[in-house]
Amino acid sequence: MSVPARAAALIAGFLIVVGLGVFTALYYVGSATTQLTTVNYSASGGQVNVVLQEDPSNNTATRPNWVTYYTQDPGTKQWVHTTLFSVPANTKVNVTIYGFDGCTPLRNNFWGQIQGTIGNTVTVQQFSKNNTQLGAPTTTSYINSWASCSVAHTFAIPDLGVFVPVASPNANNSKTNLCSSFPCTPTSGGAYAEETFSFMSPSQTGSYRWQCLIPCGGGYLDGNGGPMQTLGWMAGFMNVVSS
Amino acid sequence: MSSAEITAMTGGNAPAEPRHGLRLFVAWFVLALAADLLIWFVWYPHLPPGRMSDSAQGQQFDIAVLAISAAPVIIFVLLYFIYAIVVWRARPGDDSDGAPIYGNTKVQATWIIGTSAIVLFLFVFGTVELVVPAGAGGGEGPSPIWKLAGTQTSTWTPGTNDILQVQVIGQQWVWSYRYPQFGGLETTELYLPVDTPVEFHVTSLDVIHSFWAYKLGVKADANPGVDNVAYVTAKATGGFEVRCNELCGIWHGAMYNSGQVISQSAFQSWATGIQAKEQASGLLAALPAYSLTYDPTVIPQLGKDLVNVIGVTGSPGYYYGPGNPVTP
Repeated sequence: MSVPARAAALIAGFLIVVGLGVFTALYYVGSATTQLTTVNYSASGGQVNVVLQEDPSNNTATRPNWVTYYTQDPGTKQWVHTTLFSVPANTKVNVTIYGFDGCTPLRNNFWGQIQGTIGNTVTVQQFSKNNTQLGAPTTTSYINSWASCSVAHTFAIPDLGVFVPVASPNANNSKTNLCSSFPCTPTSGGAYAEETFSFMSPSQTGSYRWQCLIPCGGGYLDGNGGPMQTLGWMAGFMNVVSS
Repeated sequence: MSSAEITAMTGGNAPAEPRHGLRLFVAWFVLALAADLLIWFVWYPHLPPGRMSDSAQGQQFDIAVLAISAAPVIIFVLLYFIYAIVVWRARPGDDSDGAPIYGNTKVQATWIIGTSAIVLFLFVFGTVELVVPAGAGGGEGPSPIWKLAGTQTSTWTPGTNDILQVQVIGQQWVWSYRYPQFGGLETTELYLPVDTPVEFHVTSLDVIHSFWAYKLGVKADANPGVDNVAYVTAKATGGFEVRCNELCGIWHGAMYNSGQVISQSAFQSWATGIQAKEQASGLLAALPAYSLTYDPTVIPQLGKDLVNVIGVTGSPGYYYGPGNPVTP
């Protein structure tokens, strides 16, 4: 084979390999990326109300058995399957989290201490599967998930020093009375805990990641994969925008 | 071409060959001396990781010594390269061969002795620098050989030579710190007293992390079920950052928090204050007894039955143990 022919063959082979690589990257990696919706919360009277829920399963076709958070759209009140939301800077953020998932003890009971919220407390109200209040709301600075099965997940924004254990239905309700249609609602037939707390958003705009600190990725090694490491499930970003 | 051939060609009037070796040596000596002086007096004070602790100072000194050792070698190689290109280049019209060389004992001996001396020096220097300063800020495993001088006590008192014990706990993707001499209090900020020997006990509750207090010159792997000991003595007050230095999942890059080196009296006030606060909130009583390692799959308070039954999506007590998943 002549030198030009060999060179042409070499170049052709090189281009084929590069083309395959580009195709693989664009087709597989690109198609795996889905654009998550960001739910925008606007302030009213210097405050903003963020509403989340965490469910034991979800309504997606691909990962129906993954535990997940949902975010409530403030306008439509619809639950959006995303963990991206935005709040104004330097604003009091009132958070409500509906805990529809069953209890799981914290890997480190230290995270049962409420940190970074106003007053370093949360208020918890338990509900039965019939949406009946169980006892009075409790304001506490610590939820001991080792003494009783009372925590499902955590809501942590490490950069802001916010670490909040998210209350769950009690052990018995976790066993038999959880919601089974997703996203859950207070009237969908599952026991749940409603937890409220507030914190101040920072004055500096930007994206602040938040995550769960309980390894809740069922089906993954040590529970640390899957929803634990995927945006839109048990991890997300709070985008702080100019107020 | 031999010198005899050159002589024959030029009729014995060839210009005297300059003393290349002396030229090179003089140029190399001047440049190397200048470079080493610059490194020592200008660069060294600003080298990472700074001088916040004895370990950091030691590492800064080590980097300076290595730079000072390497600079003359690098300068020699580059100088010889440039000199050869400029002085021994082929002139236009000169198609003659170079003189054949069959070895040079002096050059070979110099090379072998010189490189051997450098390597042996670095071996001894590196070993001493690792051993003498109590492991140089690196993790030494559960049974450290090179310990920091100080008194092991169950309580810590300012103004003494008591070693402060601090447990570093890694978890995806946060750090927390326990102080066994203050009732086992736990925090998310690493406070340390200045001029105090500190003994870190580094462990993990899940995957492998690496505790890296860069400005303190401390780096130790955090392995689940392993107590990895590292030492440091902070020499200056101020803030520092703690990072994870082992790829540990999606938020590895965000696994950091901050620390402060403060005066001994301020540290005493801070620690006793946190201890009292955590005692009052019930946190201290709820934390597991201080231990060098923890098994997070065991929650004794929940009881075996509860552990086995409960866990609709979670896994009380199990955290998805060896049987789950079957094929990760």
